[in-house]
Amino acid sequence: MQLDDLYQEVILDHYRHPRHFAELTEGEALVDEENPLCGDHLKLDAHVADGKLTDVRIHCQGCAICSASASMMAEAVSDQPLEIIRRKAASFLALLRGEGAANEDELGDLLALRGVAEFPLRVKCATMPWHALEAALKRLAP
Amino acid sequence: MSAQPFDPRARRADFPALGRVFSDGRRLVYLDNAATTQKPRAVLAATRRYYEESAGNVHRAVHRLAAEATGLYEDARQKIATFIGAPSPKTVVFTHGATEGINIVAHGWARKFLQPGDAVLTTAMEHHSNFIPWQQAVSARGATLRLAPVLDDGTLDRDAFRRLLTPEVKLVALTHASNVLGTINPVAELIREAHAAGARVLVDGAQSAPHLPLDVAALDADFLVFSGHKMLGPTGIGVLFAKPEMLDAMDPLLTGGEMISRVWDDHATWAEPPQKFEAGTPHIAGAIGLGAAVDYLAHLGHAALRQHEQKLTAYALEQLGALPGLKIFGRAPERLGVISFALEGLHPHDIAQFCDRDGIAIRAGHMCAQPLLRRLGVPAVSRASFHLYNDTDDVDALVASLLAVRKFFHAT
Ligand SMILES: Cc1ncc(COP(=O)(O)O)c(C=O)c1O
Repeated sequence: MQLDDLYQEVILDHYRHPRHFAELTEGEALVDEENPLCGDHLKLDAHVADGKLTDVRIHCQGCAICSASASMMAEAVSDQPLEIIRRKAASFLALLRGEGAANEDELGDLLALRGVAEFPLRVKCATMPWHALEAALKRLAP
Repeated sequence: MSAQPFDPRARRADFPALGRVFSDGRRLVYLDNAATTQKPRAVLAATRRYYEESAGNVHRAVHRLAAEATGLYEDARQKIATFIGAPSPKTVVFTHGATEGINIVAHGWARKFLQPGDAVLTTAMEHHSNFIPWQQAVSARGATLRLAPVLDDGTLDRDAFRRLLTPEVKLVALTHASNVLGTINPVAELIREAHAAGARVLVDGAQSAPHLPLDVAALDADFLVFSGHKMLGPTGIGVLFAKPEMLDAMDPLLTGGEMISRVWDDHATWAEPPQKFEAGTPHIAGAIGLGAAVDYLAHLGHAALRQHEQKLTAYALEQLGALPGLKIFGRAPERLGVISFALEGLHPHDIAQFCDRDGIAIRAGHMCAQPLLRRLGVPAVSRASFHLYNDTDDVDALVASLLAVRKFFHAT
């Protein structure tokens, strides 16, 4: 089993130096997701201005895969139009399900997480931030 | 019993799964025994023999297979009664596991007899199995749930336990040993205190039955539950022991075939215990397999197993404790070989992933004990837990893996 496929350099970099992470207090976050299997916990806050997602802030208590995925996601969606974000979310989740993603070239660095699909027990770690984002979008732009 | 010292590595040959070599050439190092254990050939053979030769239903027909099946099933009940010091096999109810046993008591006893204002006393080191059913039962009855706290060393706060044990407490639900901290609770003394205060006691033996001698008569336990799969037996089978007067007073959780005495159009009467609590076709092969598992454990002898596991646990605590940045949760003097730990700056999932690369099975997560982990101040821990076939080579493999994961993540 090759763990280098799972823990790629770009993933480790985001894990060690997460982007858009902040301490979010109770009630400050838009969504609060927990993985009941492992206790990983993620809070997310963001705003919408001019059809774009802004001020993305994430509070993440999770493993390397979960933290890196959250950080990479925050980078990939910040200041992006909502319809592009929705497309990226769909592509990313398809990628992690092991299906070919329709708009792979749009995913950029996120493609580094494709190796997670080979570790079924870890897929949830990588998708949790995106499910939180989808929940946030439902509230921000119903 | 032989006078030879117990040899864990020789016993591995009894467990086919422990001979497994993965496609990458790694051998299995199985350190997740608190979740479930591997099964010896004797257990596999007993369940297989039932399916190949004696697969009739129990208590229902006169033909030979039914008679054989019934005989094997009831023999298993007798073996288990002897194993736990129960006065009669009639006090041994087969369940699908510890969880079901607790639910039978929560439903059939607690919900029937608790009054508004009564209390159930449990501890802050319970598995969710011995926690949620009481939460549900007290809220249905207008009663309250009390939690005796855990001290920093992982032992129960005995003073607080006594303070909380007021006359309102009708039931104490207590784990014999913690699946996170490894702590062995002094159940004999706690049962005496509870009885003196007028409370009944349920002992969760899910972690203790696989490792410690149990004697429900000497303990004077009102209820004891455990699971077969954590003590070398099959999954889907477990045991509820209860005193005869409790079994008589309780209502059944499941109703239907096999648990009735007489049935009329508009009502029915129940069979005598234990059948009263075994509605439907039971897990016959599982019960037979569990009988074979207790034979296997009894043959090796509790004293020899305990001595080996204590030595191995001491070795593991020393080796793990020497790793920089490693914190062990639970330092009770009386403990099982269940060791939960954190490695500074590393998430348990990532640790377990590296261990798995090396063929080592450990557990990572909240261990079905969120109230306890909240008190420990962590969302998740890593846990290594031993059984009779583990030895110092397994601990050494774990330590090597932990060093590797540290090196990997701390390199910049
Ligand atoms: C202390 C304790 N109680 C109860 C249980 C529940 O056992 P089961 O899932 O077999 O019903 C467990 C299993 O993890 C346990 O460790």
